[in-house]
Amino acid sequence: MTSELGELYQEVILEHSKAPRNFHRPASANHEAEGYNPLCGDRCTVYIDMDGDAIREIGFQGAGCAISRASASMMTQMVKGKTKAEAVKLFEQFHNLVTGKDEAAKAQDLGKMAVFGGVSNFPARVKCATLAWHTLQSALEDKPDPVSTE
Amino acid sequence: MTAVTQPAIHEPLPRKDAPVLDLEKIRADFPILAERIHGKRLVYLDSAATSQKPRAVIDAIVHYYEHLNANIHRGVHTLSVRATEAHDAARQTVQRFLNAADTREIIFVRGATEAINLVAQTYGRTHVGAGDEILITAMEHHSNIVPWQMLCEEKGAHLRVAPIDDRGELLLDEFARLIGPRTRLVAVTQVSNALGTVTPLREMIELAHRQGVPVLVDGAQAVPHFAVDVQALDCDFYAFSGHKVYAPTGIGVLYAKRALLEAMPPYQGGGDMISSVTFEKTTWNDLPFKFEAGTPDIAGAIALGTALQYIGKLGIDNIAAHEQDLLAYATAKVGALPGVRLIGTASHRAGVLSFVMDGVHPHDLGTILDREGVAIRTGHHCAQPVMDRFGIPATARASFAVYNTRQDVDALVEGMRKAHEVFA
Repeated sequence: MTSELGELYQEVILEHSKAPRNFHRPASANHEAEGYNPLCGDRCTVYIDMDGDAIREIGFQGAGCAISRASASMMTQMVKGKTKAEAVKLFEQFHNLVTGKDEAAKAQDLGKMAVFGGVSNFPARVKCATLAWHTLQSALEDKPDPVSTE
Repeated sequence: MTAVTQPAIHEPLPRKDAPVLDLEKIRADFPILAERIHGKRLVYLDSAATSQKPRAVIDAIVHYYEHLNANIHRGVHTLSVRATEAHDAARQTVQRFLNAADTREIIFVRGATEAINLVAQTYGRTHVGAGDEILITAMEHHSNIVPWQMLCEEKGAHLRVAPIDDRGELLLDEFARLIGPRTRLVAVTQVSNALGTVTPLREMIELAHRQGVPVLVDGAQAVPHFAVDVQALDCDFYAFSGHKVYAPTGIGVLYAKRALLEAMPPYQGGGDMISSVTFEKTTWNDLPFKFEAGTPDIAGAIALGTALQYIGKLGIDNIAAHEQDLLAYATAKVGALPGVRLIGTASHRAGVLSFVMDGVHPHDLGTILDREGVAIRTGHHCAQPVMDRFGIPATARASFAVYNTRQDVDALVEGMRKAHEVFA
């Protein structure tokens, strides 16, 4: 594997894509949104249980590539217990990271999700990495229509 | 990874490359094949999306702008005459390529999509009414679905869809059954872009004609791969795109029988498509100009002519034989990889090998192959109903053109092995 490919498909990403966490609809979910990447056909539904302003429980379902599944899986772990504002801020940092806008983002609040930095070498895959995040944002805002990455 | 049971593949056994074509020379005709991708030799297996262009086609565009450029059908000056003659000659080349009876039956458009929309908006809007039906198949590209949906929505008509089986073959009996007294048009592909299936077009057209129903053929994936004779097929409309047949993007063709074109209202209004204009009344120009409003893509049409001449020089039957050999070789090699399932195993296929790989999403496979210099298409191929039919969100698709070799297929297989290692 070339070094860029190795950076993209890091062990932790492969592991999450094979065994995604929170890959279900939590019984207590009170918000949900659907995301769709028309380019590759990936679909993702994010379910959240909001306790006031806090994400008490979160899960996701859908079909997608390794990058989109791993990103969704790690995102659910990361935003659980966070407030809406914190989650939105994390998305911003994550977006900067995968689009290569902000190298420093790696050192900020993203923790384990910094492994997605390799995506910035693959512009065609940015939408895969951000699908779940766009969908989360839509669920937080209670948007009625499915969100599209196009 | 677990092995997946393969449906029977009715392909001839791989044989030696047909000796008729000098592949080394042909590859040298396509300058882009010398590109290095991530330091690797470019292995271009995405010709069903768009083909690469030979030097002759690229030169034709440059030559046009350097020596002929002027507007056509206007002006008495020398350049305008040269440009008009070259544009007319291109139309004759297309006519011969399709074996149409008359150059007036060849309408230049932007591509197959525009050709189909033209028919929907002119023939369709005058012949389809409330309660009428349009029949398509379950393996159409979106471009042969959406224009009909829009027409049906406008007119209160119904879209009927002839089903396919698990191999991606049309169920001809079902198709015949769906042609009824309200069917106003049949619109079908000749080759499925997602499955590679070659449809039994002659039988389909005969079945439709027996009920007096005209047939539009989407030939975008057919013309690059084998000889097409619109008179022998007896189709009423035939659409194809130049860019899939070694010509530039932005140029394509609608063929239609002359009597139909004569009776159809114009598509767009403007210059060139009229014979006289007053504020009281405008009369339409003769065919084919009635359907070609505005200054066309002159260089594109001329380059399309050059591309079709290039095919003619190699011999379309030689190209067909070479590509069938490649497809059979690729089907055997890719199909033998563990965990690979071929999507589309019809007995008669052309140009396309679609597949999914256990544990490797097509998108990830596409990225890994790209780093090996191998370009394939991944996704739903603008044929989402086909993906739904097979219960998958996407496939990986390798597609072939005259410049591909068995070495290209070997590079694909090697890349797939690497992807398997990454995700195993």
